[in-house]
Amino acid sequence: MAEVIDALLRCVAVVAVFMVFPLVVGQMEHKAMAHMQSRVGPMKAGGFHGWAQLVADGVKFVQKESIVPTAADRKVFELAPAVALVPYLLAMLAIPLGPFFGQGNLIGQDLDLGLFFVLAAMSVGVLGTLMGGLGSGNKYSYIGGMRVAAQLMSYELPMVLAAASVAMAAGTLSLVGIANEWEPWWLVAQLPGMVVFFVAGLAELQRPPFDAPLADAELVMGPLTEYGGMRFAMFLLAEYAGIVVLAALTTVLYLGGWAGPFSDDIGWLWTLVKVMAVSFLVIWARVAYPRLREDQVNSLAWKVLVPVALAQITLTTVLVVA
Amino acid sequence: MTYGKGLLQGLAVTWRNLTRRSVTAHYPDVQPDLPPRSRGVIALQEENCTSCMLCARECPSWCITIDSHKETIPATTEGGRDRSQNVLDTFDIDYSLCMYCSICIEVCPFDALHWSPEFAYAEGDIVDLTHDMNRLREWMWTVPAPQALDPGAEPAKELSAWQAKQAAEDAE
Repeated sequence: MAEVIDALLRCVAVVAVFMVFPLVVGQMEHKAMAHMQSRVGPMKAGGFHGWAQLVADGVKFVQKESIVPTAADRKVFELAPAVALVPYLLAMLAIPLGPFFGQGNLIGQDLDLGLFFVLAAMSVGVLGTLMGGLGSGNKYSYIGGMRVAAQLMSYELPMVLAAASVAMAAGTLSLVGIANEWEPWWLVAQLPGMVVFFVAGLAELQRPPFDAPLADAELVMGPLTEYGGMRFAMFLLAEYAGIVVLAALTTVLYLGGWAGPFSDDIGWLWTLVKVMAVSFLVIWARVAYPRLREDQVNSLAWKVLVPVALAQITLTTVLVVA
Repeated sequence: MTYGKGLLQGLAVTWRNLTRRSVTAHYPDVQPDLPPRSRGVIALQEENCTSCMLCARECPSWCITIDSHKETIPATTEGGRDRSQNVLDTFDIDYSLCMYCSICIEVCPFDALHWSPEFAYAEGDIVDLTHDMNRLREWMWTVPAPQALDPGAEPAKELSAWQAKQAAEDAE
């Protein structure tokens, strides 16, 4: 009985994190992006500095009519938002937050293959956008879907290579294990890998400056063109959940997770702080950089990120063996 | 070494904006700080208007409608001549047409038209944007005093002409 309650508690906690964190990141994006552009962002909803803006957006999305285009592949079209969203929920299940007041590690489920599981889940999430693109029966969606596919192909490799480098250095695929093995000098030794992982993650999430698949100026909204209401909201939530997952992974793999003063008690707070800092970087990149052209997107992956990731792996191998 | 410089500059610019105050005007909560001579709405000093129609004819967008009739003022002295005077019946400005060019105000010889900085007179229906002389007269109360000259600016033309004339008379 106690085990059932324990499992239920963990599930509820993970779902709660899944519902709250993307909203926090979304709100941070609203406000940080606004101030980076000398604006103030939402100010009305909720009263204090528009804190409830995303709640209001959600209420609006729920009220919208659910539309499926005649030309769309109905089942694929309707399933796509769920395929985009659910993998990030699963990924969050396996990401550790760190020690919680001596109560052990705060994690949904500590998997031996945690890193593998999370990376696999993240890739499946991208498939949702691909399904939306191919199933919408719209040429803009279709081109966007093709770009998603190309981007997924290009960036999966450097991302996995960079992550493999850390796993090799730590000697384990468990995320808890990797964070426990982490040492401060990895910040330098794994820096190229971290950059590759972060950039490839951005591209995998189709976040600006890698949002060529969405490119509103040329493709309307890419794979999301035909979506509205709740389904569109799910895609949006998936994007922000993806940011949280990417930030959490970057934190756990490269920034030592809960490493910091008093980490036995407030390790989870350290993780949260680092996750928020990395999420801020994701937002900052969106504001600061213009969108890459489609050919630039691919040449960056193959000509820069893959060689750097391979070099990183070689370096790690040498360090581990030596 | 200029490779990657643009990336850093992008971050620098956005960070600078982030740390500075935003430039957003919080309009309905905070009234805007309007510059002098703001063109908000045209106010009518009805008492000054002689129905000369100059403004209506000069208006490029034909947004001014004037209607008047003549009234006779009886002679005040025995055997004197009766005088006639224009009395304004209608003075409408259609703000859905007005392009705020200020020509009517420039052309008015009797200072009957003035700029008021009031700008919040939006209406739900375009027909309601035609304002009659009663409404235009009310806006006269919001017309600010003429803006003082900037320090170091050359004096007003009228003033320097008058001073020149005084000097010429003194010399005689």
